Amino acid sequence: MPEITPENTPALAATHIQSDEPLLFEISSPGKRAWQLPPLDVPEADLELLLPAGTRDDIAGFPELSEIELVRHYTRLSTWNYAIDQGLYPLGSCTMKYNSRLNEVVARLEGLAEGHPLQPAAVMQGALRLMRRLEAALAEITGMDAVTLQPAAGAQGELTGILIIRACLAARGNPRAKILIPDSAHGTNPATAAIAGYRVENLRSDARGLVELSSLERLMDESVAALMLTNPNTLGLFEEDIHRIAELVHARGGLLYMDGANMNALVGRARPGDFGVDVMHLNLHKTFSTPHGGGGPGAGPVAVKSFLEPFLPVPRIVEGEAGGLRLETDRPASIGRVRAFFGNFGMFVRALAYILANGSDGLKQTTDDAVLNANYIRQQLEDSYALPYATPSLHECVFSDRLQARQGVHTGDIAKRLMDYGFHPYTVSFPLIVPGALMIEPTESESREELDRFIAAMRAIAREAETAPELVQAAPHRTRISRLDEAAAARQPVLRWQPKAQG
Amino acid sequence: MRYLPKSDVIRREMLSTLGLENVDQLFAHIPEYCRLRRPLNLPAGRSEPEILEDFRALAEDNAAGYASFLGAGAYHHFRPVLIEALISRGEWFTAYTPYQPEISQGTLQSIFEFQTMICQLTGMEVANASMYDGSTAMAEAALMARRLTGKSALLAARSTHPQYREVLATYLQHQPGGLREFGYGESGAVDAEQLERELRAGDVAAVLLQSPNFFGTVEDWEAAARLAHAHGALLVAVIAEPVSLGLLPPPAAADIVALEAQGFGIPVGFGGPYAGVLATRQKYVRSLPGRLVGEARDRQGRRGYVLTLATREQHIRREKATSNICTNQALCALMASIFMAVYGREGLRELAKQNLAKADYAARAFAAAGVELLFPAPRFHELVARPRRPLAEIEAELLAARIVPGLPLGPWYGELEGAALICVTETATRDAIDKLAAAYAAGARRPARQAKEVSLHT
Ligand SMILES: Cc1ncc(COP(=O)(O)O)c(C=O)c1O
Repeated sequence: MPEITPENTPALAATHIQSDEPLLFEISSPGKRAWQLPPLDVPEADLELLLPAGTRDDIAGFPELSEIELVRHYTRLSTWNYAIDQGLYPLGSCTMKYNSRLNEVVARLEGLAEGHPLQPAAVMQGALRLMRRLEAALAEITGMDAVTLQPAAGAQGELTGILIIRACLAARGNPRAKILIPDSAHGTNPATAAIAGYRVENLRSDARGLVELSSLERLMDESVAALMLTNPNTLGLFEEDIHRIAELVHARGGLLYMDGANMNALVGRARPGDFGVDVMHLNLHKTFSTPHGGGGPGAGPVAVKSFLEPFLPVPRIVEGEAGGLRLETDRPASIGRVRAFFGNFGMFVRALAYILANGSDGLKQTTDDAVLNANYIRQQLEDSYALPYATPSLHECVFSDRLQARQGVHTGDIAKRLMDYGFHPYTVSFPLIVPGALMIEPTESESREELDRFIAAMRAIAREAETAPELVQAAPHRTRISRLDEAAAARQPVLRWQPKAQG
Repeated sequence: MRYLPKSDVIRREMLSTLGLENVDQLFAHIPEYCRLRRPLNLPAGRSEPEILEDFRALAEDNAAGYASFLGAGAYHHFRPVLIEALISRGEWFTAYTPYQPEISQGTLQSIFEFQTMICQLTGMEVANASMYDGSTAMAEAALMARRLTGKSALLAARSTHPQYREVLATYLQHQPGGLREFGYGESGAVDAEQLERELRAGDVAAVLLQSPNFFGTVEDWEAAARLAHAHGALLVAVIAEPVSLGLLPPPAAADIVALEAQGFGIPVGFGGPYAGVLATRQKYVRSLPGRLVGEARDRQGRRGYVLTLATREQHIRREKATSNICTNQALCALMASIFMAVYGREGLRELAKQNLAKADYAARAFAAAGVELLFPAPRFHELVARPRRPLAEIEAELLAARIVPGLPLGPWYGELEGAALICVTETATRDAIDKLAAAYAAGARRPARQAKEVSLHT
């Protein structure tokens, strides 16, 4: 027991006041345990007989801890996280909205959380009905004809969609070679195109921040399989020329893919199926409120027009005899499976609960509030930050650090300073077409009071950038840990704990 | 509209701040023909009790509370209650990707611990967090092996999970090189001769092998690695049941491990969300897809953690990235971490032993009842049985007794028509196993007592 002196008191108190927490391995101690199994009701296994080639005798370094220590470990660690439950989380393009507790409750009902994906269809009618209902709701929301829930996240939805396009074009005789992608698109779009075996051609944005029609006219030829369009785009702008865009793509035999990551701007207001989109994905973890979980899980359903339905992944849920549902796998035109089992089923449960809780009117109100909040922030910050595009925007707004950069203060610095004011930063330096971008998406989940606090903080930082730029450049100052050296971490990566060398 | 924090009064005030009269004006720049001019054809918003009732009815129609002998990549284990208690904190589940390390150290440190435990378990040097699931982890491992070797063909064991192979085929369908398969022998394990024959062409980037394989059979990692390496191919070790690592030798001879972490305390939940993981050697780290957390120092020299080596990822490299993955399965990886920490160094071995014991008891019960067991090689907790009567009959009987039987193998393996894959984890009671064996045995001829031991363990 160390002697407590005035000098070492802060260090000793750090565990409790600051929740400083060593790694699991550093607090582990031989012989401690947090587990107890029920007694075996069958004979013990004879290891030598059953596994004659031998077993491992140890898992060197694996933790040994008691239950209470684990509770404290994960509780203390959790307090180092910022989360939606604490306040505005305005990460643009991520739609960090409220995650209702009801969704968590229904997802944990035994019959939904414990069912096995290979159960006979006769004893999983509830799960199949749930998926069918969600598919139908998403089809109505998007104005599309058929939906697969299988993709595990947005990026996998993109891959599914592009593979569907490829299969369709191949069936027409030529899969083509290229995908057009606007320069404002998310990085997953080009990465997806590459996996599907396509070359990527970048499409320029014009002075409005929208697809440059003249570029599209020039680039859209018979070698282009599809245009991957995010609408509203990553600047939060609705592609106003969508009619002409769809026409151009279709006239030259291509298909229109829509990245639906930004559907929170459109639900109940506009449907991609009504403006020429052939295939799209949704992010249930964005628009439909399934929790982001520190990086996942999500779900990326894909919706298609009826002519593409034959290409959807297997299995499909179809009507069986006697009113039941069954799984259909014999679909020769299908692109195949993109993920084992049904996909992230637990997210389907939550998304359906969200849709039911809001209902038709609530979903529209949600969209309206999301767009209202973003426009409110835009208007209130326009005097403090440069707005690169004057085009009206929907659910998010993108500023640049042009004014602050004159003092050497960049978007990354402003983001760090925002933490000192108690907020999670916006998305930094994306989209790439805006140098020094600040991409702000408040979602509908914020009250005016919370927006006003955020606006006040952003204005204060803009003033600080004028009067005390070094203060902003060195931020954060009030977080429990200061700016971490990410460059050094990447040069000499330490990616796991190792026991200290003896001696 | 209980999720929306605004009154109509405030909405009106905000609109007037913007100089607007009504909210429609915010959408006025959307071309007229794009706008939806009717309400969505969905029911009106419902209350909590109504929604609970609706989902309870759906949940009840799913064999809730039945004993289950299904495995095949989705395994029932006791889930320590600590998992739900801890991950239900909003600080964990309502955060996103830890892009801002100063206010995300909880997630970052927990991922660093996860990476470490996966390395300790698998004998690899680095692990990511995470891939979508085991199937996509295997597909990503295949793409990674192609990048590393510059070769393009892939060679998968037919005894790897059929759905994993289907996903692999989907991912590879527009990549040059193609996908070939090699079979299993009488014992249920790899047909080494066939594997070697396929390797001889010299075009193979990686051999993809699962252990315990889809039939529950334990494979020999070292022998497979020797064969693959002798022909310039990598070995991708596929592990669909992480609990097996409590007892089985780690795949340390492999080059890439593609693991499904579901067995570590992630609900079976109709197939997801789960968590895939890729682990590999340090020298291959720059080809590894997915998030990686590394140690870093802050300005005062304090230890912290950050997302690192992002130059592999789509947001930096776009079409040249190692993968398109962005959102992953972080919360499921956290569940797996808590599970590993609860069972720990000793407990995981004990848990694995219970699984082995239960499956062995089931195997003996089947053999004693005269049910043919295929594949005598060592197994973990799954076994393949071929009863004398149609599986559909057995299924109907067992479902009536609130038992979900094994999985019919015929749809995936024509040669195994009439056989079923049966998974027996620590959650199976002796009583349920006895009932299961009795149902499969009906119509079978009981063998002489002696013959049983031989058929089981040779
Ligand atoms: C515009 C856009 N497209 C695609 C994605 C990829 O989605 P996911 O992270 O679910 O894979 C994202 C989000 O991350 C996005 O913002």
